[in-house]
Amino acid sequence: MAQITLSNLAHTYTPEGGQQSDFALKEMNHIWHDGGAYALLGPSGCGKTTLLNIISGLIKPSHGRVFFGENDVTDIPAEKRNIAQVFQFPVVYDTMTVRENLAFPLKNRGGSKVEVQARVAQVAKMIGLDGILDIKARGLGADIKQKISLGRGMVRESVNAILFDEPLTVIDPHMKWELRTQLKSLHREFGHTMIYVTHDQTEALTFAENVVMLYEGEVVQIGSPEALFESPQHTFVGHFIGSPGMNLMAAKVQGNHALVGGHAIPLQGSYGNLSGYTQIGIRPEYIEFCGAEGLPCRIDRVEDIGHRRIVRTEAAGVAIDVVMPAGAPIDPTMTYLHFPAEKISVYKDHWRIEHGWA
Amino acid sequence: MSLKVQNNKAWFLVLPVLVLVMFSAVIPLMTVVNYAFNDTFGNNQFFWNGLGWFEEMVQSERLHAALGRQVLFTGIILLVEVPLGIFVALNMPKKGFWASLCLVLMSLPLLIPFNVVGTIWQIFCRVDIGLLGRAAAALGIDYNYTSDAFDAWVTLIIMDVWHWTSLVALLCYAGLQSIPQAYYHAARIDQSTRWNTFRYIELPKISGVLLIAILLRFIDSFMIYTEPFVVTGGGPGNATTFLSIDLVKMAIGQFDLGPAAAFSLMYFLVILLVSWVFYTVMVTRDAEQDR
Amino acid sequence: MSLELQGVSRTVNGQVTIRPTDLRFEQGTINVLLGPTASGKTSLMRLMAGLDRPTTGRILASDTDVTGQPVQKRNVAMVYQEFINYPGKTVYENIASPLRLGSKSRADIDSAVRSTAETLGLTPFLQRRPLELSGGQQQRCALARALVKEAGLILLDEPLANLDYKLREELRVEIPKIFAKSGSIFIYATTEPEEALLLGGQTVTLHEGAVSQFGQTSAVYRHPLNIHSAEVFSDPPMNFIAGNKVGGVLALGDGQAVALGNHSVSLPDGEYSVGFRAHAVSVDPWAADSVRFDCTLTGVEVTGSETFLYVRQQNHQWVGRLQGIRRPAIGERLEVWINIKNMYLFNAAGQLAAAGSDLV
Repeated sequence: MAQITLSNLAHTYTPEGGQQSDFALKEMNHIWHDGGAYALLGPSGCGKTTLLNIISGLIKPSHGRVFFGENDVTDIPAEKRNIAQVFQFPVVYDTMTVRENLAFPLKNRGGSKVEVQARVAQVAKMIGLDGILDIKARGLGADIKQKISLGRGMVRESVNAILFDEPLTVIDPHMKWELRTQLKSLHREFGHTMIYVTHDQTEALTFAENVVMLYEGEVVQIGSPEALFESPQHTFVGHFIGSPGMNLMAAKVQGNHALVGGHAIPLQGSYGNLSGYTQIGIRPEYIEFCGAEGLPCRIDRVEDIGHRRIVRTEAAGVAIDVVMPAGAPIDPTMTYLHFPAEKISVYKDHWRIEHGWA
Repeated sequence: MSLKVQNNKAWFLVLPVLVLVMFSAVIPLMTVVNYAFNDTFGNNQFFWNGLGWFEEMVQSERLHAALGRQVLFTGIILLVEVPLGIFVALNMPKKGFWASLCLVLMSLPLLIPFNVVGTIWQIFCRVDIGLLGRAAAALGIDYNYTSDAFDAWVTLIIMDVWHWTSLVALLCYAGLQSIPQAYYHAARIDQSTRWNTFRYIELPKISGVLLIAILLRFIDSFMIYTEPFVVTGGGPGNATTFLSIDLVKMAIGQFDLGPAAAFSLMYFLVILLVSWVFYTVMVTRDAEQDR
Repeated sequence: MSLELQGVSRTVNGQVTIRPTDLRFEQGTINVLLGPTASGKTSLMRLMAGLDRPTTGRILASDTDVTGQPVQKRNVAMVYQEFINYPGKTVYENIASPLRLGSKSRADIDSAVRSTAETLGLTPFLQRRPLELSGGQQQRCALARALVKEAGLILLDEPLANLDYKLREELRVEIPKIFAKSGSIFIYATTEPEEALLLGGQTVTLHEGAVSQFGQTSAVYRHPLNIHSAEVFSDPPMNFIAGNKVGGVLALGDGQAVALGNHSVSLPDGEYSVGFRAHAVSVDPWAADSVRFDCTLTGVEVTGSETFLYVRQQNHQWVGRLQGIRRPAIGERLEVWINIKNMYLFNAAGQLAAAGSDLV
């Protein structure tokens, strides 16, 4: 196991690409800790799979270096990097039994028969495959096949990292919970470095301690789920994290208040006079309805999704979502929106600005 | 409302084909059946001969010899073309200009008419004027397909391999193209050897098309006529007289229509039987995979 | 048009894929087929469309029997999980293609295509080809093709499954609005409870080829008639505990007893399976209606706005969904409170015996 260091890493698929826009990944410097659980989160085409393939060694980066611990592995191919990978669609060797599948990576590395069998039995027990070891892999369900590919990774004792490329895509919602908790307990127990690529925020936030948010080839924020939720550094993070995402509205920021459609909204501190494109953002979870003060609004629709209610409103010409607990009453006196000042984020040209105290 | 047939109009579109097949296949086949069970001295006079011709043919040493040559030929063809085809498919470029070029070049032999292939090789291998024949002679190799049985066989096999390996290769290539990249990635990470990757990923995934390729090559080579007829005419002696060549000799050369007809019916049934076996294997295989 | 299935079943190679099913959908309704993979969603849709023929039973469209009619003759449109468009045609021509088969005038087709494109936000892309568009736009194009046909029946088979989470969220909000404007019957298959709730309308829950419940979506969610319906409509999965009713008392797990209200005292004594959803779990002592359980915490997941707690209660594994951020230590003993009003009692046959507020 090892710490992963990305040093001045960037990648372009066009060989002579000097243009910034040609880069699938823009230059980044990061150190990912040994034994950490990381999620690479972003929409399709944001570069998350490219980054994963660079770490696994399937792609050689056009710029920069990758280190596992002290070792520069940039030029080392995937098969020599001692990593494991679980793919979007289950990859199993159809004609082999579950046991043979699990034993395959060890056999290829020349393990003795006794050692291999002992290790396979141990791993099978860990991931709950011990009952079906002698069944052919071909006819099994998607969730079990995914467990087999995970098992094939874990069977090698010294793997540097386990990489997951949207591993729950083809799994039913119920099985997702089971597989994810199993992954987490394996992580707790064995402490492998795990890197998990997904477009699904729930998967990323629940799986990882550190979420790496990618947008157009750039890491826009790395942080804990709380940090991404509470203080998104970029409007895209605000929009992408949370369901529904952060409400963003163009605003004129003057000192300690923001003007939205002529209404003054108090802010927690002073921002001076911001130039450029300024926006304020607030999570739907933190907005409160009230009868008199704040931003006048009109309720368009109320959606009940079981554990919570989403109220779709319009205020100052912008659509604003409000989230309320399940069963919360909706009544006609709810004509104003109140934004608690400490929950408002201010953005200048899409990047978050911290306030001063004036 | 009928529950059996969804759209009857479709049958009208099939009718012309059915009529054509009647004339081109069924009626001639019936004529053959007629000859197989009767004896004739011309003038459309037929005498019932029962299974007489069949008995004669089953016991005929000449036919046994031709069948032996045929089985040997088909066996060698399959043993050479199938592995070679897979090997070529594995080593073809996957995409880009070179892939297209390979595909075009490989399809070329398949587009040439059989008798032209025969003529090309017949001239190509002639010792007096053929490029290959002359070259072999110049190198001091004692090669002459018109007089040496072994040379005749080698010539025919190389010709068939040249003509048909592309078919196997192209089918396998199509099968290989449909394997997702993730399988190769996983195999690399598992440190699978090249042979194991082939054995456990590629072979299982192309086994379906491979069966079809083998079936096609079996049928074609088992019925081979034009090319050996043009190149060797079945010679030297009877060395390359395969079943269909023998059949034609019997029917046209000697006008033994009865035995020839009985012979062709059995020939037909053998091919039908083998095809049926292949078909059953393929269907059960598919059913197993769908499970 | 209305669509009715009467005793429809289907058997393939001796295996029953759809058990005898009776359903009736009225014009202008949105209907969700909710069930896990291989529960019969697609099979049922194929029967409705006329792509497959039922082994038994009849299918009625506007009260006329269409059982034997092939799909071409029925007034049906379908959208699949994969983004299926004509790659060689422009978006405009793709949308227009179902209309070209009819006898509509060019001007009529043009206006129909443009207005449908407008509702789906495709106007800027009309002259592009589908493969030049993003996944979300490609699926919008497929949706537009289905809508423009003004088919009486529109079938959607997990249309958002191949899209990014965020795009899915966006379309989930838009789709019910678009559907509401049309007069067709919509049948929408999904595996996700949240999608069903957002679409509203009616829901059919499926389990192993049989309908477990059919009704208003919110009613099915709040009042699942059986254990299958409850399980498929819970994400995270429903939590269970064994209950034993003796007289007016329901004993839960290791002895937490609930005094039953008047409505449920009359239930037969015996064993019940008691289910509750993740959001019924609390770590703060609630109102008087809550029952306390001593659990062991086995996992915590924080999403920023919510916390998922995984706890073990005797031999049961539960998931709790809590608002806000909490980080109790794993392995710790934890008091968990469950509101009785959120519980469902299922009898040995898996049928709902009593729900929520009836219990107290």
